[in-house]
Amino acid sequence: MTIAALRRLQMPGLAKMERVIVSMQDPDMGIKMRNQRLLITVIPHAMTGNDIVEWLIQKYSISEEESLHLGNLLVKHGYIYPLKDPRSLVLRADDSPYRFQTPYFWTSSKWPATELDYAIYLAKKNIRKQGDLIDHEKDNYNLLHKRINHTWDFVVMQAREQLRAAKQRRKGDRIVIDCQEQAYWLVNRPPPGALNVLEHGPERRNCHISRVQLPENTDYYKREIECCRKAMGRTRVKSSICLEGYIKFNEQYVPHDPIMSGCLPSNPWITDDTTYWAMNAPTVMTPTKLRVERWGFGFSELLGDTLGRRQLLEFLKKEFSAENLSFWEACEELRYGEQARIADIVDSIYQQFLAPGATRWVNIDSKTMERTLEGIKTPHRYVMDDAQMHIYMLMKKDSYPRFLKSELYRSLLAEAIMPPETKKRVFPFMRKQRHSSPSPALLLPTGEPEVKAEDQSKVVAVPMES
Amino acid sequence: MATEGLHENETLASLKGEAESLKGRLEEERAKLHDVELHQVAERVEALGQFVMKTRRTLKGHGNKVLCMDWCKDKRRIVSSSQDGKVIVWDSFTTNKEHAVTMPCTWVMACAYAPSGCAIACGGLDNKCSVYPLTFDKNENMAAKKKSVAMHTNYLSACSFTNSDMQILTASGDGTCALWDVESGQLLQSFHGHGADVLCLDLAPSETGNTFVSGGCDKKAMVWDMRSGQCIQSFETHESDINSVRYYPSGDAFASGSDDATCRLYDLRADREVAIYSKESIIFGASSVDFSLSGRLLFGGYNDYTINVWDVLKGSRVSILFGHENRVSTLRVSPDGTAFCSGSWDHTLRIWA
Repeated sequence: MTIAALRRLQMPGLAKMERVIVSMQDPDMGIKMRNQRLLITVIPHAMTGNDIVEWLIQKYSISEEESLHLGNLLVKHGYIYPLKDPRSLVLRADDSPYRFQTPYFWTSSKWPATELDYAIYLAKKNIRKQGDLIDHEKDNYNLLHKRINHTWDFVVMQAREQLRAAKQRRKGDRIVIDCQEQAYWLVNRPPPGALNVLEHGPERRNCHISRVQLPENTDYYKREIECCRKAMGRTRVKSSICLEGYIKFNEQYVPHDPIMSGCLPSNPWITDDTTYWAMNAPTVMTPTKLRVERWGFGFSELLGDTLGRRQLLEFLKKEFSAENLSFWEACEELRYGEQARIADIVDSIYQQFLAPGATRWVNIDSKTMERTLEGIKTPHRYVMDDAQMHIYMLMKKDSYPRFLKSELYRSLLAEAIMPPETKKRVFPFMRKQRHSSPSPALLLPTGEPEVKAEDQSKVVAVPMES
Repeated sequence: MATEGLHENETLASLKGEAESLKGRLEEERAKLHDVELHQVAERVEALGQFVMKTRRTLKGHGNKVLCMDWCKDKRRIVSSSQDGKVIVWDSFTTNKEHAVTMPCTWVMACAYAPSGCAIACGGLDNKCSVYPLTFDKNENMAAKKKSVAMHTNYLSACSFTNSDMQILTASGDGTCALWDVESGQLLQSFHGHGADVLCLDLAPSETGNTFVSGGCDKKAMVWDMRSGQCIQSFETHESDINSVRYYPSGDAFASGSDDATCRLYDLRADREVAIYSKESIIFGASSVDFSLSGRLLFGGYNDYTINVWDVLKGSRVSILFGHENRVSTLRVSPDGTAFCSGSWDHTLRIWA
C-alpha cells in the first residue's frame, strides 16, 4: 500500500477533500482565478476568500455560515493557503487573496513530514531572519539541532542551497513558494495551542497484538457462512409494511418529544425552571396527561414507567392476578442479577411462584411448567425465560387491554394534569437560580424520597476529589 | 509440511469465496421485498418547520479531549471521560462537578452510568472496563473501591450496563464484544464475528428481547443474541469504519454513523438498509449518533466539528449546529428527550436544547 493510500485509509476525509479541491480547480465549473495584487507584486492563479465562499454556496446549496466553515476546513488542512498573513490558516470571506496548494505539499502526499525536512525549513528561516525565529520555532530548532546534530552540516548546506536557488526566481514565484512551504509546516508542525488537524485517535486495526480470530482464519469465514445461511432462511417483512410502522410511531410519539413539540410548562434547559422534571418524577402524586396517555401506546410503556407499573399492580390485584407481575419482576431480577446469587434467586422464585401449593402460584401451561421445573435442577440465568415470556404475553394480551378499558385507567386519565405553559420571560437577563438536586448515589437502596409537585431541591455540598 | 500449508490456503480462499457469494445472494433476497423507499412513504408526513437549538450549558473542566459521555437516569447528571484519563461526573444542569477520578491509562474511550445512578464504568487503552461506585464520603477515595470487571486483549471502545448495575456489555479493539458479571468479573458470554475492531454498541430497548447491535472497522453492523452469543443479523453497506450505532426508539431499527461521512438506517424486520443520510458538503465522518425521543430526528456529531440534524423519515438535513472547535466525539440525547449532550476534542461538553 502506498503512503498516500495508507494516509487516506487513516483519514478518510482527505480523499473527499481532495475531490472537492480538484472540482474547485475545474477549468469550466471551478473558481475563476485571476491575478491578485500583493502590495506591488502580482501573483497569478489566485482567488479571493469571497470567491471560495461563493463557489461552495453555489456548488453545495449551503448557507454562507456552512460554506465558510467548509472553506475553513480546506484551508486548515493545507489545501488552500492565504497569500496575505500566511501565518494564520484562516479563510476570510472578503477579498483576501488565496491560492491552491501544490499537490506536492498535499497532506496525503507528503506525509509523514520528516524531521530532516523540518530542520532544513527552520534553518532557512533562521538564516533569513538572522536568528530571530518565533518562540516555538526557536525551541524546535534548538531541539532538532541537538537531536540530529550528526547531520547538521548537511541541513545547513541544504538550507543555503535552497535559499540561493530561490533568490534566482521572480519575486512572485518566491512569495508563492514561501507561502506553500509555510502552509505545509503550519499543518504538519502547528504551534503549541493551535488546532492540530492531523491529530488522530488511537490506532485502529493493529490487531496483530491480540489473538482473536480475524479474516486470515478459516473459522472466521465458517462463521460468516453460517450466519449468511441462517439469514437466507429468515422471514422478512415487506418494506412498505415496515416503513408504515415509522409513520405510525412518529404520529404517536412526536407530541411526546420535547425537542419536537416542546414540553409544558417549559424545557428546564431553556428556562432554568425544573418544574417539568418535578412533575414527571418517577413517583408523583398526580401524573401528567401526556404520561398517562403514553401508557396506552403499548404494554412496555406501562410496564417501563414506575408509576404505570404501580397502577398495573393495583389493577391486577383487583383481578386476582397480581402474582403474574411479581413473577415477571422476579424473573427480571434473575436475568440481570449477580452471577453468584443465581441459584438462590431461582430457588426463591420456585418457592414463591412455582412449587405446588406456593402462596403466589402462577398459572403457566403444563408444557412450559414441566420444562421449567426440569431446568431449575441446573439453575442458570435464563432458566425462567420460557415461563417469563408466557406470563409476559398473558399480561400483554389479556390483562393490559382490560386495564386500558378499566375505570381505574379512565379516572387516571381524567385526573391527570395538563400544566400551563410558562409565560415567556420579559427580562431575558434575569436568570433563575439553578438549584442542585440530590444525587441518586445519595439515596438509600430501600426507598426514594417523596417528590412533591413543587421543586423541593436543596443545594448539596460537592466535594471534589481527583 | 509444505503440502499442508497449501491445503490450508486453498480452503481459506474457497471459504472466502463462498462467503462472498452467499453475501451476494443474501442481498438479492433482501432486495426482493423492498417495494418502496422511506422518503416516498414519508411524503405525506408534514415537513418540519424552523429548527432552533442552542447551546444551553457548556461544561468546562476536562484538560484534554473529551471522548465519551453518558447520561444518568435522573435526566440531568452525566459522566464524561477524556484522553488524559480523567473521568468526571457532572450535574450538567448546574454545571457542578460532583465526582472526578483519574484512570491509570490515557484515552478513556468508553464510559457509562449505572442504571441506579450509584456507579460508573469506564475504560480505554488499559484494555479493561472498571466500575467505580460513586461516593460522597469525603474520606473515601473513589479509586480505592474500583472494581476491575472486563479484560480484553486490545483497547476498550464502548461499554454499557444492561438493565441492572450487575452486568456490563463491552466492545473492544480486539474484535469482540463481551458480557460480564460486575461483582465477580466473570465472563458470561462473548460475541465473535467482527473481522476487525468493534467500535460501538447499543442495547435494544425491548422489554422481552435480549439483543444488542455493534459496529466495527470491518464496516459491519451486527445484531447479537445476548443469551446464545450468536449473530442474528448482519449488515454491510457502509464504506468505512462504523463509529456509532443507536437503536430507533421502537426497537425495530437502528442508525449508524461512519467514517464514510454517512449515517444510515437499518430496519430489522425488513432486514436491510432503508435510508442514507448524507450530503456532498459533509466530508468528514460521523463519530456519534442518537435519536430524539420520537425518533423523528437523528443527531449526528461529526469529525468536522459540527452536528448535523436529520429528518429520519424524509431523509433531509434539518439543521447544522456550529459551536465546537474540534471533532465532536460523542453525542447522546437525554433520557427524557429534553436535550442532547455533545462532547468534543475541544475539551468541552455542550448541552443543546
